[in-house]
Amino acid sequence: MIEVEHLRKWYRVHRREPGLKAALRSLLHRPYEDVKAVEDISFSIGAGERVGFLGPNGAGKTTTLKVLAGLLHPTEGRVAVGGFLPQERAREFLTQITLVMGQKQQLLWDLPPSETFALNRAIYDIPRAQYEETVAELTALLELAPLLGKPTRQLSLGERMKCELAVALLHRPKVLFLDEPTIGLDVSMQATVRTFVRAYNERFSATVILTSHYMEDVAALCPRVMVIDKGRLIFDGALPDLIRRVRPDKRVLLRLSKPVEQRDLLPLGTIISQNDAEVIIQVSQEGLQASVARALSTLPLRDLTVEDPPLEEVMRDLFAQGNAA
Amino acid sequence: MMAALKAYPQMLKTGFAEAVAYRAEFLIWMFATNMPLVMLAIWAAAARSGPIAGYSQTGFTAYYLCALLVRLMTGAWVVWELTMDIRQGTFALQLLRPINPLWQRSADNLAAIPMRGIVALPVVGILLWLARGELSHDPLQWLLLCPALMGAWLLYFLVQASIGTLALRFESASSLFDAWLGFSNILSGYLIPLDLFPRAVRDIALFLPFRFQLSYPIELMLGRWSRGEALELLAAQWAYVALFFMITRFAWRSGLRHYAAYGG
Repeated sequence: MIEVEHLRKWYRVHRREPGLKAALRSLLHRPYEDVKAVEDISFSIGAGERVGFLGPNGAGKTTTLKVLAGLLHPTEGRVAVGGFLPQERAREFLTQITLVMGQKQQLLWDLPPSETFALNRAIYDIPRAQYEETVAELTALLELAPLLGKPTRQLSLGERMKCELAVALLHRPKVLFLDEPTIGLDVSMQATVRTFVRAYNERFSATVILTSHYMEDVAALCPRVMVIDKGRLIFDGALPDLIRRVRPDKRVLLRLSKPVEQRDLLPLGTIISQNDAEVIIQVSQEGLQASVARALSTLPLRDLTVEDPPLEEVMRDLFAQGNAA
Repeated sequence: MMAALKAYPQMLKTGFAEAVAYRAEFLIWMFATNMPLVMLAIWAAAARSGPIAGYSQTGFTAYYLCALLVRLMTGAWVVWELTMDIRQGTFALQLLRPINPLWQRSADNLAAIPMRGIVALPVVGILLWLARGELSHDPLQWLLLCPALMGAWLLYFLVQASIGTLALRFESASSLFDAWLGFSNILSGYLIPLDLFPRAVRDIALFLPFRFQLSYPIELMLGRWSRGEALELLAAQWAYVALFFMITRFAWRSGLRHYAAYGG
């Protein structure tokens, strides 16, 4: 569905020092420099896949997404989405994709969302029966009924995002580009959005590409992740593989029936946190079996769980390694 | 283009709904279009002692009321919207729709005509009451007024669209439009009838596109030309429309290649 070969995207930006002198100098001489937002990225994504783009701010995630959506022309390289060159912006291409940006909206601000729905029906030339079926389905899934008649400006952020998702999917796109779709939403609304995106992906075999700073989004939605840092693709694979590569250690969560001394815990591994009822211990992959066996035989346990390190920590370590290199 | 035309009735409906939603702001904006009335007061006072360049007091009344009508019926504001959307990053989402966003902008501007009519109708009444004798008596010229007003609006819209599109490359283009507006206010006959300019300036102004944005429809209403001349001028106006259509198209395509989609 998506083929990217040696994609490069550079921006030409004007550089100016602060201050009046520099402002006057820039009247006569405007120095420019090329910012390499994306530098030689290649990958392919199959139909129906859900892929997460991860990376720190300014890594090149959103730029890549915008190139794939046809908003930006690649500086070099070849990009094809559904057999189309995105930058040509063919009508058949645009009717197959959608882009949802958590910080931008396409809903008409002073009109109810139903007006934007009607406008998009006309713009995408959606057959009336299909439109009504889709609206009914989206209304039920996202509980939109009480929202469709209110002016957009009177909706809460979460309500607006649900309507944004609905309006972006009215034409049943085959490729969804989601750029920070849950930004600013509360935990319950984030979960609603995730569940909905997953349901849409499964129902229509749609390809989903997601960028998010909420690792929960990526962990819940994306079996495959791509990590972009400083414009380069530094990892492309399954999320557990990324975790194993960056942080091969495990976390053992012990729930205790009574408090224990710290000296009883030290032989198990590195103590991350400890209170009377709960202890978290970091254990190397190789020492895991022995530590678990020892904990089961020596401690007053109510429960024991083995987990991967939190994804946030994995990413922090990954980018710290990148910076150190 | 066929897809855009098919969707256009809905775009007009949406544009009208927006005009109604912004009704108070819209009416204030229209009432603020009062420059022709200010100029009328000045020139009517100046013409008290006798006609100036063929304009009596009633002549000036007819001219400036016609100018107010044309301005009210040909308003466009696409340049400010485009510049703002591009700077704020919301333009990216409009660009992903399979119809050029300028179609929607044009529908928004056109759909506001009924709202403009609320202010324009009393102006027509006053015009007929005060200066009926100054108006054209030729029904054909009144018929030509429809395509002439359409041409004037298209010219105004396309000039704004082509300049607004420059924001795709340069982030902001509204100051360039302000410069255009400065020339337009003078050379379109908005502030002063072109007949009042020195002959050399007038001869140049008659060939420039500004005249076809405002003065030409006024000239039709005042019956300044024979039928043949009026038709020739209509052809010239629409030639300018075609020219600015090509310029907008070129600026659009070129702008999209350089669009950096900042702000999102």
